[in-house]
Amino acid sequence: MKENVVIIGGGPSGIEAARRIRNFGYTPILIEKELRLGGHLAQWDRLFPEGVYAKEVLQTLLSDMDGIKWFTDVQILTINRLKDTYVIKLTNGISVQSKAVLITTGFQLFQAEKKEEYGYGIYNHVITNADLERYFQNRKDSRIDDPKVIGFVHCVGSRDEKAGNRQCSKVCCATAVKQACEIKQLYPDATVYCFYMDLRMFGRRYEDMYLEAQQKYGIRFIRGRVSEVSENHEGRLVVKAEDTLFGRPLRLSMDLLVLMSGIVSSHQSQELAKMIKLPVGEDGFFLPQNTILEPCKSQKQGIFFAGACTGPKTIPESLSEARAAAVAINDYFNTMTE
Amino acid sequence: MIDFGFALTPSATLQIDNLDNKLFEQLRNIEPDVAKCMACGSCTASCSAGNYTELNLRKVILSLQRGREQDTLNSLKSCMLCGKCNIVCPRGINTRHLILSICKVYNI
Ligand SMILES: Cc1cc2nc3c(=O)[nH]c(=O)nc-3n(C[C@H](O)[C@H](O)[C@H](O)COP(=O)(O)OP(=O)(O)OC[C@H]3O[C@@H](n4cnc5c(N)ncnc54)[C@H](O)[C@@H]3O)c2cc1C
Ligand code: SF4
Ligand code: SF4
Ligand code: SF4
Repeated sequence: MKENVVIIGGGPSGIEAARRIRNFGYTPILIEKELRLGGHLAQWDRLFPEGVYAKEVLQTLLSDMDGIKWFTDVQILTINRLKDTYVIKLTNGISVQSKAVLITTGFQLFQAEKKEEYGYGIYNHVITNADLERYFQNRKDSRIDDPKVIGFVHCVGSRDEKAGNRQCSKVCCATAVKQACEIKQLYPDATVYCFYMDLRMFGRRYEDMYLEAQQKYGIRFIRGRVSEVSENHEGRLVVKAEDTLFGRPLRLSMDLLVLMSGIVSSHQSQELAKMIKLPVGEDGFFLPQNTILEPCKSQKQGIFFAGACTGPKTIPESLSEARAAAVAINDYFNTMTE
Repeated sequence: MIDFGFALTPSATLQIDNLDNKLFEQLRNIEPDVAKCMACGSCTASCSAGNYTELNLRKVILSLQRGREQDTLNSLKSCMLCGKCNIVCPRGINTRHLILSICKVYNI
């Protein structure tokens, strides 16, 4: 009989891992709490750095699901270990057994309304990166009304002890630069600013994206963290920051402000961690056995990780980790039968 | 000497080789968080005094780190200790307390 492998979380990491685990000859059982598979990938329009459509990536991933059992709109009720087997009860009444469990629960976006000084949910023309991706997908958002001056605020809820998140979210610098160019394509006459502290263009071709933003799109980069946002009598946003390279405080009126909400550990992951007694870091993300040599193994036998549940990652990084987890799980079964 | 048509002013270069950071280390002892500053400028942006005077806390901290306190210390006299910078600092530095410690260590 084929061994089951339960995979918790149907984002890109979970889907890719399921495909690879199936290819090794196991039966993957993929559990997703939302109504559809795809995780955050389903919420994005085009991906940095080349602008590939997220939809196409997701379609490719989902085109090859033969041999994979998957459930949506389902959550984990309980997990118990009997000898070397995990017994998992689901909210749909089904109970599954499996010797290996892969956690791919990903991340959640920082709730921008928590940074009250930026006015999300208070001022009409303040939106988030996720809102803008949705707008790029369907061009519908009453808050975006032919803007002439547009600002992007980096590090919203990241690198911020006041927000309880010290970590850098890794992907939002690249996202901000990507979105700044995209909004300029839609509104060529608009002036677009990025307020950053450090530009983390770490990946291949990311620096080219930055260069293109400067040269081709004329995006204006201001090194300084936005300290507060208000609204003037005309209903325009007023942004305060320091231009730290110039060394002077600055004030700017705008028609649209996009907050780069960061990647934080999801509360479902934290609940799961409690349920299985898995350690998490100070940042709330799961802690692997060894961050360099065994990033996919947890500190518990038979439990594995892949993707953004162990910290901010890009999609190709998450997919690579999903494949690595499939190998680690196959090794695990092989050592069990020896 | 050949005249290149311009003069070199020695003070334009930061002399890091012979940086005297005794005072800064003294400050770090009583205010370890000063080392956490990531130069984001939030303090300066929110500072009410900074809109009208030369006061710029980010610059003050940097100048202390570079041993160039003479460039900025005077500006601290405009500080009203209102604590607005304290509220915004993303590294959680108690900037208001830091300012008081700077005044103590640097004798202003
Ligand atoms: C604004 C923004 C833009 C981005 N743009 C790009 C880009 O252009 N290029 C790029 O490479 N990367 C980009 N990323 C990063 C990308 O989104 C992540 O790398 C990717 O989503 C990680 O995949 P994942 O499967 O690990 O997690 P997720 O996508 O978060 O998926 C996790 C899934 O698990 C489910 N889940 C969670 N807990 C449970 C549970 N207890 N039970 C059942 N299901 C559960 C969730 O509902 C979700 O479907 C971007 C990120 C952000 C924030
Ligand atoms: S990736 Fe950039 S915007 Fe995102 S938290 Fe890190 S520095 Fe800030
Ligand atoms: S405490 Fe001083 S430096 Fe800080 S905001 Fe108030 S006046 Fe400015
Ligand atoms: S707000 Fe804090 S971290 Fe930012 S420049 Fe001021 S002291 Fe440094």
